[in-house]
Amino acid sequence: MELFEVFWETKSFFVTATWLTIRVTATSLIIGVFIGLIFAFFKISSSRLLNGIANVYITIIRGTPLIVQIFVLYYGIYKLVALSGFWAGALGLAIHNGAYITEIFRGTIQSIDKGQMEAARSLGMSYFLAMRRIILPQAFKRAIPPLGNQFIIGLKDSSLVAYIGMNEIWGTALSEAAASLKMLSTYAVAGFYYLVIVMIFSYLVSRLEKRLDVEKSRG
Amino acid sequence: MIEVQKLNKYFGELHVLKDVDFNVNEREVVVLIGASGSGKSTLLRCLNFLEMKDSGSIYINGELIEPDQVNLNKIRENVGMVFQHFNLFPHMNVLENVIEAPVHVKKIDKNEAIKQAKDLLQKVGLEDKAEAYPSHLSGGQKQRVAIARALAMKPDIMLFDEPTSALDPELVGEVLQAMKNLAREGMTMVVVTHEMGFAREMADKVVVMDQGRIIEEGDPEHIFSNPQNPRTQQFLSQVL
Ligand SMILES: Nc1ncnc2c1ncn2[C@@H]1O[C@H](COP(=O)(O)OP(=O)(O)O)[C@@H](O)[C@H]1O
Ligand SMILES: [Mg+2]
Repeated sequence: MELFEVFWETKSFFVTATWLTIRVTATSLIIGVFIGLIFAFFKISSSRLLNGIANVYITIIRGTPLIVQIFVLYYGIYKLVALSGFWAGALGLAIHNGAYITEIFRGTIQSIDKGQMEAARSLGMSYFLAMRRIILPQAFKRAIPPLGNQFIIGLKDSSLVAYIGMNEIWGTALSEAAASLKMLSTYAVAGFYYLVIVMIFSYLVSRLEKRLDVEKSRG
Repeated sequence: MIEVQKLNKYFGELHVLKDVDFNVNEREVVVLIGASGSGKSTLLRCLNFLEMKDSGSIYINGELIEPDQVNLNKIRENVGMVFQHFNLFPHMNVLENVIEAPVHVKKIDKNEAIKQAKDLLQKVGLEDKAEAYPSHLSGGQKQRVAIARALAMKPDIMLFDEPTSALDPELVGEVLQAMKNLAREGMTMVVVTHEMGFAREMADKVVVMDQGRIIEEGDPEHIFSNPQNPRTQQFLSQVL
């Protein structure tokens, strides 16, 4: 069967490509989590300026296609600093995912009962200490399911960096298909690699959730 | 110890505290009563600056506290608060709840904090629950942990905002007992409660609030058997 043939012939390319997809996605998500955390604080702060900055950022990211963001960043930043394809792609994805992660963190931080902050402050904690020790640990726990979901979206969206010349899974699929002309099989094989990563990742997240649930109810 | 003069507080248009004058002396137990919505919680929360006054003066230990000129965190270290809904930290066990502020705010040695925390837990009868998580405690146990947590900062004064109102009736007694023990040790306390038995037994002074004003205050004997203000009479007839 052609599908298995293609799978077999391309596997060394796709394994390398999968590794690149994982690296660019992981890099972008780590940076995205930092961006999300910072802008979540902007959004919940009482400063109109910081609120405004966060809102403009989120509006632009949510209102434009990811491919446009990647291209603008790639051709924009490329002129200023010599950014490798990897970093242009990872940063583009990070800025994109960061907007969604901002909303996730804002939501879970605000979902923590306000009595928690009051109790912490009444014990003499500063706002930031109370955030770090009391609010964020609880908010992070609640953020795991929606973050896991966003990470999966981020992984699949990383396919778009193929168009700034990265040979990750989708980039490899495009060049392999063009070379062999076995379009359908090559693209299906590419899909298979994404599916495997997503399934492994989903499994790990559900394990983590279960463990945290157990922790919560122990004692 | 605490002296409040002409305190006014608004929530938007709503005038919640109206020219409130309020004093608490050292080692005194002051019980604050009044109908729901009369401003008891707001007054209490102004005392540790969880709410900011709009006008008036608050003196603590003789010192005028202006929120924008002092470090409120330092003030709050010395003013413990116990809430109606406990507000224990659910991601920490009982011992961790109690040592959290001593270790991270006062920066005392962790082993020392643990030792003190165990003493406090013993005092409120929960030494065997040190490793338990809040979700596994009864309401009465949670509230006793909350008391121990506040005491761990060695405050000069303790504020209680309806500490037994969220409890099943059979659990009220154990919390009141912990508070009585504390009062007998000489802790300065301001207690908002509907437990008139506690007020009668422990209060040095009962303060009655109505619609944002203090309408009457005096020793419990006087307030309960011979209330002057008709609003006080009306309120007491409902709760007694
Ligand atoms: N954060 C707030 N925002 C707006 N209104 C509030 C707030 N807190 C309390 N109030 C209002 O202030 C009044 C006094 O409330 P409170 O001090 O909680 O009364 P009490 O504790 O005596 O029941 C009530 O009318 C209440 O609705
Ligand atoms: Mg109240």
